[in-house]
Amino acid sequence: MNKIIKYVLLDIVKSRIIIAYTVFLLLLSIGLFNLGGSPDKGILSLLNLVLLTVPLISIVFATTHFYNSYEFIELLVAQPINRTKIFMSEYLGVAFSLSAAFIVGVGIPVIIFSPGLTGLYLVLTGVFITFIFVAMAFLASVITRDKAKGIGIALLLWFYFALIYDGIVLFILYAFGDYPLEYATLAMTALNPIDLGRIIVLLNLDVSALMGYTGALYKSIFGSVWGIATAFGLLMLWALIPVLSSRRIFSKRDL
Amino acid sequence: MHKSYGKLQVLRDVNVEFGTGKVVSIIGPNGAGKTTMSKCILGMVLPDSGDIQLNGESVLKKYAYRSQIGYMPQIGKYPVNMKIRQVIEMIRDIRKKEKNVDEELIGLYALEEIYDKRMGALSGGTKQKVSAALAFLFDPPILILDEPTAGLDPIAAEILKAKILKEKKRGKLILITSHIMSEIEEVADEVLCLVDGSIKFYESIVELKAHTQEDRLSRAVAKIMNEGYHP
Repeated sequence: MNKIIKYVLLDIVKSRIIIAYTVFLLLLSIGLFNLGGSPDKGILSLLNLVLLTVPLISIVFATTHFYNSYEFIELLVAQPINRTKIFMSEYLGVAFSLSAAFIVGVGIPVIIFSPGLTGLYLVLTGVFITFIFVAMAFLASVITRDKAKGIGIALLLWFYFALIYDGIVLFILYAFGDYPLEYATLAMTALNPIDLGRIIVLLNLDVSALMGYTGALYKSIFGSVWGIATAFGLLMLWALIPVLSSRRIFSKRDL
Repeated sequence: MHKSYGKLQVLRDVNVEFGTGKVVSIIGPNGAGKTTMSKCILGMVLPDSGDIQLNGESVLKKYAYRSQIGYMPQIGKYPVNMKIRQVIEMIRDIRKKEKNVDEELIGLYALEEIYDKRMGALSGGTKQKVSAALAFLFDPPILILDEPTAGLDPIAAEILKAKILKEKKRGKLILITSHIMSEIEEVADEVLCLVDGSIKFYESIVELKAHTQEDRLSRAVAKIMNEGYHP
């Protein structure tokens, strides 16, 4: 498997998109830390931008990469190699290279400007989000053979998790405002990896004091080691479920 | 075995056994299921029902058996950004454990001279040469060649035919799908004919000619196709 990952990585590095992505993240993070005044503010604005762009770039890059690697995959399936191995190598190759870009592009500025637990959570969340959205991209790619359709599904997924879902949550909160919704919002958060990531980082910043009762509940849950571990566990599930289901589809599909 | 794509039945109840040391040619009209059948043997397409066995063992859902099969696809698709050298070296790197390497075709096709060309810049015929070289590279006991000479220039086709006959003498089983009857007559021993996904006939060329009373394979096949088959 390591050998195939090596060739996947070589192919990705050659395309140079990953380098452009790293530079983009670096400029973004350094810029925001210099603009914000306090490092906390920098982390906050960085968080919002990262949670919008990282899923988008991960899902689009991974989907196009999968379709562009079709020839490579076809070449390998005629060789004595397990299909799931080919698939996992593709997945890990893409996820590792995007995560590496994120760690360099965001991790290094965070260490320089705002070292600490919150920064660590931000980087960890970004890496998890990368793995999750690459997994969703692969799921979209194995569902359909048509490249345009695959990218369409991928973009819809991003649109749903990054924008529409929050709209739905706000609508529910507004419509059922008379009822106690603390635990319901908690459950709704777990159903969106982007929100989950946002909460993990937010609750470690001072701004969480402004979030009212729900904020207090969140703080009491996510403030503990167990809460954080559960949140990262949920993120892990969000990556594993699409990866395993797409792996299953891929190994049973005609090529 | 059976295979259908949606409503379209591509292979219906195909049941056949091949021995070693032979060249078997799979013929049939376009869309008769020839490529699907070879892809099933390779595990690229999974049959709906039935079984595929190699030396008495089922190969369904396995992969190690593919080291015994060399495959030359009808249209070779390769990563466009890789050079010929990189493709060949990658496959050799991945299958490092295998010691028997047969580089004869790389030499005969002078691929080393164009090693640094990108796969995307190659003509169809040159890609076919790379496919052929890769299929024979690990000296596999079984070869599946899907329309091997389509797109090859006459000299390259002759080289390939000579190579096929040479490997046959070494006791290999070689399956060739082709439409060119004269070519089949030159290299093949037996002919398997698929029509609409089922086997029309499977016979040696000598027998085929004898009972149709034709001296050319193309006429013999045409006669059977027109008159129906009465063994």
